[in-house]
Amino acid sequence: MKRSKTWAWVVFILGALYFIVPLLATVQFSLSIRRGTLSLDAYTNVIQSPQFQQTFSYSLIVGAAAIVVGLFIVVPAAYFVRLRAPQLRPVIEFVTLLPLIIPPIILVFGYIRMYNSSSILPLTNSALGTDILLTLAYVALALPYMYRAVDTGLRTIDVQTLTEAANILGANTVTILLRVIFPNIIVAVLSGAFLTLAIVIGEFTIASLLNRPAFGVYMQNVGANRAYEPAALAVISFVITWGAMGMIQLLARFAPKTAIRTD
Amino acid sequence: MSSNSGTSTPSATPGSPGVVSVRRGFLSGHGWGEVIGVAPFLIFAVLFLVVPTLYLAYGAFVGRDGQFTLQNIIDLGTPQIINSFWISIRVSAASAILGALIGLILALAIIRGRLPSGIRSAVMTFSGVASNFAGIPLAFAFLSTLGRLGLVTVILKTVFAFDIYRAGFNLLSFWGLTLTYCYFQIPLMVLIIAPAIDGLRKEWTEAAETLGATRFQFWRYVGLPILWPNLLGTLSLLFANAFGAIATAYALTGSSLNIVPILLYAQIRGDVLQNPGLGAALALGMILITAVANVIYLVIRTRAERWLK
Repeated sequence: MKRSKTWAWVVFILGALYFIVPLLATVQFSLSIRRGTLSLDAYTNVIQSPQFQQTFSYSLIVGAAAIVVGLFIVVPAAYFVRLRAPQLRPVIEFVTLLPLIIPPIILVFGYIRMYNSSSILPLTNSALGTDILLTLAYVALALPYMYRAVDTGLRTIDVQTLTEAANILGANTVTILLRVIFPNIIVAVLSGAFLTLAIVIGEFTIASLLNRPAFGVYMQNVGANRAYEPAALAVISFVITWGAMGMIQLLARFAPKTAIRTD
Repeated sequence: MSSNSGTSTPSATPGSPGVVSVRRGFLSGHGWGEVIGVAPFLIFAVLFLVVPTLYLAYGAFVGRDGQFTLQNIIDLGTPQIINSFWISIRVSAASAILGALIGLILALAIIRGRLPSGIRSAVMTFSGVASNFAGIPLAFAFLSTLGRLGLVTVILKTVFAFDIYRAGFNLLSFWGLTLTYCYFQIPLMVLIIAPAIDGLRKEWTEAAETLGATRFQFWRYVGLPILWPNLLGTLSLLFANAFGAIATAYALTGSSLNIVPILLYAQIRGDVLQNPGLGAALALGMILITAVANVIYLVIRTRAERWLK
């Protein structure tokens, strides 16, 4: 079996080259804005630009809003399905798969047609309405990941016993959800939140077609007009994605001992 | 347990004290609690997932005069649109097949190739990141690498005197886009196929070896037949994944490579096809193709899971 090691190393090294070279090239390119010398000017240009700051905070806010709205939709649903309505599980799971089946461009095209100025619910009429629509679109994008994270969290705690105990102590359903269930699945919820943030922070298609000043749209603009700044933006994005994924890994360590990630 | 088919009336709850209603829900199985708990989810799904998509599909069959028509579907037959579907299908298929093959080999190497265990967890973590590193930044990364001034292009030209662009390569082409898509397709394959490879038990290899099987025979008669459903399923998932993607291609090629999502993007922006119904028909075509690919994935996955338990 000694042979197997050699081919495995060859495959691993070739794979590592394919994945690492573009990252190195991007870093190198982002540093070479000045001829003949390495400098961080591309980064300072990007970070100091007001559009960067505005669009980045805009996307952060929309992302955070999508996480909050998503939790209000997902946590009660996952809780009741697990506790009292298991017959609804196939329906709910099918719905959580829909955002993976429907491409974002189709989703936003449908929104534009359905919620335009001549419809019953003309969300695209005002900036605020469109912001709400964008938030809801991001909730839809994040639904599969959010539901999975919350459901995995619920699987690791004894929902039934906790609910009954809280009931006996006189808690109503809202109290149970907010003060008993939620704190117990906070680790799972946070990892779902970070994944959501990683997905929506640089999202381009939906934000662009809804004409919102999001980070993804800004990046595309810079890409069309500048040479070195896009590389700096790519490095920044990669660091953000790593950060979000790193937080998820880190959170997994704080999860209850029984929490085995099965899917 | 009876199914809840009642419509929700949110106004019923706030007044009533929780204990009683929750208790009754527990015993009888159809209290209002669960309906109201699941209602926001279902209302959201209907309003922001199901109805917009169906409305779009319906729009494909409505003409300018508001009457039912098949003309929009027939109009999809222009060379421009057929060509864009053909390019999209080719790029998605090529990046799915390449991504699946390379991802499989990579996963086999880190799991069965007896590499140090640290490498396995590093590759899995990196795959989690890289499969989410798509969109605009990915296009920038590949422009910095294989664009006309990219690091690899320049090194090949100055050190090895080999000009890949003169040799016919172009990042803004079919192969350029395929190569770029592989950056998220391969990690996705690694993430999905790794559990299946873990499911190939050591005993099976040993049993095959005891019976005198060569490595080739083991893979031909044991390994691949077990992995096969998973491979096919993941292949269709990767295909759908690439087919719906637009941001990377848009940032990379602008509108020079006319894939379906880019054509649809231009249509939504400025009605380039000069017929709103045709845009809806284009969308319907995309929905059908991604839906078929995803249904194949889901069906095969359910079948494959039976074997790996």
